Amino acid sequence: MNHRLHGPLTDVAEDAGYADPPERAGFFTDTSVCIGCKACEVACKEWNAIPDDGFALTGMSYDNTGALGASTWRHVAFVEQSKPREVDDGAGSSRWLMASDVCKHCTHAACLDVCPTGALFRTEFATVVVQQDICNGCAYCVSACPYGVIDRREGDGRAWKCTMCYDRLGDGMEPACAKACPTDSIQYGPLDELRERAKERLGDLHDQGVTEARLYGEDENDGVGGDGAFFLLLDEPEVYGLPPDPVVTTRDLTAMWKWAGGAAAALVGCAAVSFLGRR
Amino acid sequence: MPRPGGEERMVPRAEFQSYYGRPILKRPRWKAPHMPGYLYLGGLSGAAATMAALADATGRERLSLTGRLTAATAAVAGSALLIAELGRPERFLHMLRVFKPTSPMSVGSWVLAAHGGLTGAAAASAVTGIAPPLGRAAGVGAALTGPVLATYTGVLIADTAVPAWHEGYRHLPLLFAGSALASAGAAAMAFAPPEEAGPARRMAVLGAGLELAAAGTLEHGTGMREHPELISEPYRTGRAGTLLRAARWLTAAGAAGTLVAGRSRTTAVLSGLALTGGALCTRFGVFHAGLVSAEDPRYTVVPQRARRSTGA
Repeated sequence: MNHRLHGPLTDVAEDAGYADPPERAGFFTDTSVCIGCKACEVACKEWNAIPDDGFALTGMSYDNTGALGASTWRHVAFVEQSKPREVDDGAGSSRWLMASDVCKHCTHAACLDVCPTGALFRTEFATVVVQQDICNGCAYCVSACPYGVIDRREGDGRAWKCTMCYDRLGDGMEPACAKACPTDSIQYGPLDELRERAKERLGDLHDQGVTEARLYGEDENDGVGGDGAFFLLLDEPEVYGLPPDPVVTTRDLTAMWKWAGGAAAALVGCAAVSFLGRR
Repeated sequence: MPRPGGEERMVPRAEFQSYYGRPILKRPRWKAPHMPGYLYLGGLSGAAATMAALADATGRERLSLTGRLTAATAAVAGSALLIAELGRPERFLHMLRVFKPTSPMSVGSWVLAAHGGLTGAAAASAVTGIAPPLGRAAGVGAALTGPVLATYTGVLIADTAVPAWHEGYRHLPLLFAGSALASAGAAAMAFAPPEEAGPARRMAVLGAGLELAAAGTLEHGTGMREHPELISEPYRTGRAGTLLRAARWLTAAGAAGTLVAGRSRTTAVLSGLALTGGALCTRFGVFHAGLVSAEDPRYTVVPQRARRSTGA
């Protein structure tokens, strides 16, 4: 067991046991060009044959999807803000932020670490996928994900999430959401290339005076070792419903077992002490 | 600001941003009474098996029999709750298709399988009188798996993104160890003859003390790294707070009753019931605190935001 539980990791697929894997696949979602059309949500549903997730209206914004879930693998967040913009381009004092959220395919994926059946696995593209013939619906992954992505589907009983269209990647095709995105807000490709492209885009935006632009999930030194799906955002992550500084829970696993070992020893000690004496 | 039915809020309302107040984390899909019931039964079975082996070694036959039966029954009932908790119960054997050290649930499944087999064998031997040496050996084995079964559940729920559970990883195993000792002691002093149950009574009192001490530190966030008062808040407020306060009173009353019970069976049974009630309230309280902690984005955003701005 030499698998790393946290920290930067350049050979994610090799670490999972692949001898000669392809380049790590990733998503770069540039929210500065997202127009909120939700073509990604529809394409994802169509390609992956995902059932509906209810037809309720949230009443809060144009976002009636609400959140990622067992039957929602792309979710377009819609944020309406009335605070002053840092660049006055005559558009007034309110703005709309749109962002297509997705599974982050973490370098250190808590869902995968805690899965007791091996249903969740690392693919040769270094993405994280659920094997539906193995999952027994224990729901550990649901509580382990620091982004609140994966969920158990009611009525089906198994856990579901984005596969980054594993079935398409094998045939050299890009995932359905990226294919459908009309503005290239969702970009698919080798993760290293995407990170370079994102840095250039960030530099361009900063040069244009969009100082609030920042990357999210691109840093391999973050709490999950960097995301396979990362973002360019125009506000703090929590505004989009993303955790500001997620950490893979298994980072502390060794410490947890030490405390449990101490507690088990205390249990034995207390029980043994109780048997001292004659009655 | 005092609120009806709750303690004074010690943490000022932190300013934070969120996406329309929606949760960031998913609400745990684990449900009551299954999950907290399993936490209780696993602890009961583990500590009872340890007690039974010690009773065996010190020649307390009736106490040993009580311990073996309690351990086996609780292991079976706990396993049933776990299986019923699955989204696909018919696939429960998938738990044993791999052994994954990174998954506390995988480790726990193997421990529970071993413990269930050993306690079952020990109990069957004691009841039927068949192969006492093998029964005794199984009992010794169960005394090794028992303490692990009673405490790994702390790791099980701490190894999640749920702030109140994760940050409680130092407290939860000790809390469950104490609670397990109290539960097993309570069951034994209710069912075993008083003249043999002295160790069970002492175990119950020691366990109750450990449970109260660990619960106190958990509820106040002692030793938590970031925002201890905020992250431990779900343990003090709402339904979880009520349950944990009830647990405190029941456990304290049960321990006090045990101390004065002596050979009075009635007092022993009543004290045992109070301790059992306390242990159950502890598990349900911890469970509900986790649900609240996952559903309110404040508990996710505020500590992470602080961590980011300090660069820690």
